[in-house]
Amino acid sequence: MSTIKFTKDHEWVSVDGDVATVGITTYALEQLGDLVFVEVPDAGKSVSVGEEAAVVESVKAASEVYAPVSGEVVEGNQAIADDPAQVSGEAGSDGWFFKIKMSNTSELDGMMNDAEYDEYLGTLD
Amino acid sequence: MPENQKDSIQLNKTPLDALHRELGAKMVPFAGYDMPVQYPMGVLKEHLHTRTNAGLFDVSHMGQAFLKGDGAVDAFESLVPGDYQIMPVGKTRYTVLLNNKGCIMDDLMATRIDGGLYIVVNAACKDADFAHIKVKTAGKAELEILEDRALLAIQGPKAGEVVARLSPETADMTFMTFAEVTIAGIACFATRSGYSGEDGFEISVPANQATELAKKLLSEPEVEAIGLGARDSLRLEAGLCLYGHDIDTTTTPVEADLKWAINKRRREEKNFPGANIIMDQIENGTERLRVGIKPEGRAPAREGTEIQDNNGNTIGTITSGGFGPSVDGPVAMGYVKTDFSAEGTELKLIVRGKAIAARVVKMPFTPHRYRIKK
Repeated sequence: MSTIKFTKDHEWVSVDGDVATVGITTYALEQLGDLVFVEVPDAGKSVSVGEEAAVVESVKAASEVYAPVSGEVVEGNQAIADDPAQVSGEAGSDGWFFKIKMSNTSELDGMMNDAEYDEYLGTLD
Repeated sequence: MPENQKDSIQLNKTPLDALHRELGAKMVPFAGYDMPVQYPMGVLKEHLHTRTNAGLFDVSHMGQAFLKGDGAVDAFESLVPGDYQIMPVGKTRYTVLLNNKGCIMDDLMATRIDGGLYIVVNAACKDADFAHIKVKTAGKAELEILEDRALLAIQGPKAGEVVARLSPETADMTFMTFAEVTIAGIACFATRSGYSGEDGFEISVPANQATELAKKLLSEPEVEAIGLGARDSLRLEAGLCLYGHDIDTTTTPVEADLKWAINKRRREEKNFPGANIIMDQIENGTERLRVGIKPEGRAPAREGTEIQDNNGNTIGTITSGGFGPSVDGPVAMGYVKTDFSAEGTELKLIVRGKAIAARVVKMPFTPHRYRIKK
């Protein structure tokens, strides 16, 4: 059973043991608009928390997806790179960006749960 | 952004502001105006809808004016390289305002009307343009800025049919012609032109009747409201320049591949601003040229992207680039050293530190479908 966490950068993080699967939330997708290009990291790449890990482009602009935790990329999701429409805001779905084998699970501590993220969204706009 | 800061930015609103909000538009600041960048349909679908049906755009932020008086045509010609003497009343022509270095201050549409010209200029440049035109034509013509008119554009393969349904007299109008017409009972100026590569009209309407006209057009089954996002991707696929990006006061019309806008008589008379520089460039070429660029793969190369040759030398910059929904891939335009401007030339685009293969291609990326003749 995995645990779902959310970041202030509008990423969802599905945690299973020491592996975090990272995607972007429905809120982020709505802000971006129609996606036309996705670039995911290669397996083996080591990333630090806050570092640029993937790229997502809408018709309008390019944005970065940051690593919410430090560690080593286990896999980038080729399915969304092949078809950006497969990106999903639903936490834990197949529309994820990358999986990271975490080097420091305490980095998860500052993240929000579902209810806290909803509350956070309420403070925006 | 804090509330007080939000309030301190005074954005102008077009006469269609309330309608945009009613339609659920996402509003963004553009050229000092609060403008709809997209509606709930989204940029991609709005773009594709315009290419298959008809899209309605609010372009009321653009500047409209009459330049009137016996000397109006001559005075206007002293500022641009276009031949307006040759044009009959009711004919529209694209041209550029030039500075003394032959560089582009703005691009614009000017139509011969009874007693002078009807001019439409870019929103971001309108104050400067009108000040310039006023000063330079003083004593020869009278500039009348049309503050109380909105401007709507309807574009797409079904646009002609839709407008003709509400205004049968427009049915015979062809590309780049102008007429004073009644559309759905409202007196308008209609120009068969646009900024999408498609057939369509730009419709100037009294501000207080703009919402009524927009609603009537939107109630036609083929028509959807389209935002500035799709307007940009449509014009990019059509290979049309965006002022301030693809052309500005550092580019001449020759460098911008707009040589066709320097008409024959004007080339012979050499009496437009910067004529010596421009005529020299026509004869001897320029160091750089605006070209169409097709990146390989899916990654868009945005404005500002460095262009290299196959040996890693910098040879230019992308000035407009993004994803072309109708092309279903990335499209771009930019300036390259003239040696690299031939169709098919291999280029490298530096996107996020990586070199992406690209080629110089002929523009437009999607064929123009203007209504050239009856």
